[in-house]
Amino acid sequence: MKTTAENTAPASRGESVATDAPPPPGSTDDSPAQPTTEAFVATQKSAEFAELRRSHRSFAFPLTIGFIAWYLLYVLLSSYAGDFMGATVFANFNVAFVFGLAQFATTFLIAWFYSRHAATKIDPKAEAIKSRLEADA
Amino acid sequence: MSAAAHSHTVILAASSTTEHRPLIISLFAVFVAATLAITVWAGRQTKSASDFYAGGRQFTAFQNGLAVSGDYMSAASFLGIAGAIALFGYDGFLYSIGFLVAWLVALLLVAEPLRNSGRYTMGDVLAYRMRQRPVRTAAGVSTIVVSIFYLLAQMAGAGVLVALLLGITGDTGKVLIVALVGVLMILYVTIGGMKGTTWVQMVKAVLLIAGALLMTFMVLWKFDFNVSDLLGTAAEKSGHGTAFLEPGLKYGATGVSKLDFISLGIALVLGTAGLPHILIRFYTVPTAKAARKSVNWAIGIIGAFYLMTIALGFGAAALIGPDEIKAKNPAGNAAAPQLAEYLGGVGTTGGAVLLAVISAVAFATILAVVAGLTLASSSSFAHDIYANVIRRGKATEKEEMRAARWATVAIGIVSIALGAMARDLNVAGLVALAFAVAASANLPTILYSLFWKRFTTQGALWSIYGGLASSVFLVLFSPVVSGKASSMFPDVDFAWFPLENPGLISIPLGFLLGWIGSVVSKEEPDAGKYAELEVKSLTGTGAH
Repeated sequence: MKTTAENTAPASRGESVATDAPPPPGSTDDSPAQPTTEAFVATQKSAEFAELRRSHRSFAFPLTIGFIAWYLLYVLLSSYAGDFMGATVFANFNVAFVFGLAQFATTFLIAWFYSRHAATKIDPKAEAIKSRLEADA
Repeated sequence: MSAAAHSHTVILAASSTTEHRPLIISLFAVFVAATLAITVWAGRQTKSASDFYAGGRQFTAFQNGLAVSGDYMSAASFLGIAGAIALFGYDGFLYSIGFLVAWLVALLLVAEPLRNSGRYTMGDVLAYRMRQRPVRTAAGVSTIVVSIFYLLAQMAGAGVLVALLLGITGDTGKVLIVALVGVLMILYVTIGGMKGTTWVQMVKAVLLIAGALLMTFMVLWKFDFNVSDLLGTAAEKSGHGTAFLEPGLKYGATGVSKLDFISLGIALVLGTAGLPHILIRFYTVPTAKAARKSVNWAIGIIGAFYLMTIALGFGAAALIGPDEIKAKNPAGNAAAPQLAEYLGGVGTTGGAVLLAVISAVAFATILAVVAGLTLASSSSFAHDIYANVIRRGKATEKEEMRAARWATVAIGIVSIALGAMARDLNVAGLVALAFAVAASANLPTILYSLFWKRFTTQGALWSIYGGLASSVFLVLFSPVVSGKASSMFPDVDFAWFPLENPGLISIPLGFLLGWIGSVVSKEEPDAGKYAELEVKSLTGTGAH
């Protein structure tokens, strides 16, 4: 646990800033060695970390907006486009039913797509930064 | 069976279940004994706080995926959705879709960063960059409120089961079963901690999937595996014709009910990633990568289950019909067990056996979920409020775990008391309220904490308390609580808020308050702490 100017200030106002209870002696606590705040700040400013952040955000954020919009479209059509949703596709299956199943399909697809992206584009970068930070700690 | 009895289906079913009562009670007893044995075994291996809160972090991604599914597919998913589809057709199906799509928010934005930067509770992440004591208090309060809303729904489901199975319709029987569930959940959590709870949830997930598969197969068998035929018969039998297969039967009547549908839809999709009992499950695996894989397993298992709710719900509508379903439980919560009895053959031993098996599965479902909810709220009380606020981080592990066990007993007693009050509300609707509260109070702070540099303590507090207060307040003055025959208190009317689900108002409010609270805050965000949180959450450096 390190002390920085930032977290002594609130303490003087009577607020505890300890993130966790200190490990009591002889316990089976699972806390690994922690790098210093300075090391974290330096890493956060590094180009390598910026690259990692971009790999995650540029993929996860647009995809989240996309699937929420796609889901809201389904909810709104269900509320305000009854005739369209009730139109028969074939036999007793209407547009609403097919639309609902499509939500299932896209959920499975997006989960697969994200996991593939994470395994190839995010994990190796994250692993490299983590090993270096922990080796220095 | 006399022909006259057929016109009194309630009496008939009560007497036929009475005959088979020993069988039903034995099945329940077997499940309870088996899970208690698991709990005692897990309890022997629970020594450290990390064992108690996080199951020692040694579960595999598949095991945790199963347990997450077992934690998530509650009485709402099984009894509630089947009933909602059986009575309202397509509108009930929205629950299945919303409950599933919601997992993408958890997968893409929350599960991995949370696993990387937290330790035991949701509050670990919410309070990471902030002044500990106020934010931990807020996180603890909101964890407990969300979990109690959710518990209420499970208790309502337990009440339905006992009425159906043991033929007891009086309040005494219901209170007894609610008390039994309460006592069991206290035992699971105090003795077995997260390890015991996880195993109970895994067993339950397997049982639930097997039960749903069996019933789905039998329903489709009746229709020669022609799904179109099943839908057609359900529509005809429902008395609504093709409207039964279209959106709008429950929510399409007026402009207000359409807004209610949108409110429900938003609450469902944004709630999951803010549910504390789901979030703490990600601490039970060793790495963020394993957390991601467990979400993928969960999406597969839960998705398969929700697809089967189509067969169960429309099957109940087609084979049993709305009148008989409503006779058993006006909100439709009994549809799935009724369907089981029908598929086995009403009045025959086969019917009684299948009814008993499916009801035991539903009972297992309820127990596993209440155990998860109790663990989440008692963990948050002990770790966030007791250890970090009351004892200012100076409590030992032993003291913290003792506090968690006492909190479990207290929460058990509160939920028994509340459970006795939950009457004929559809359990899926009740759970949707918990989703709305979670999405309003927890999700904004989780996302801002992880991804927005300028977020401050004041923003977190405004968002958590504002989202929590507005959602609970709006429910209090909604038709769920008063003013309608199906309300919790039907004899009084103080409902001025027209929507049953508050999400449409309270979720944007939670996000807005978090933003305004931060922007007008005099305090500078702690840049060092944000660097720690951001780097940890994306890389897993120094993760517990």
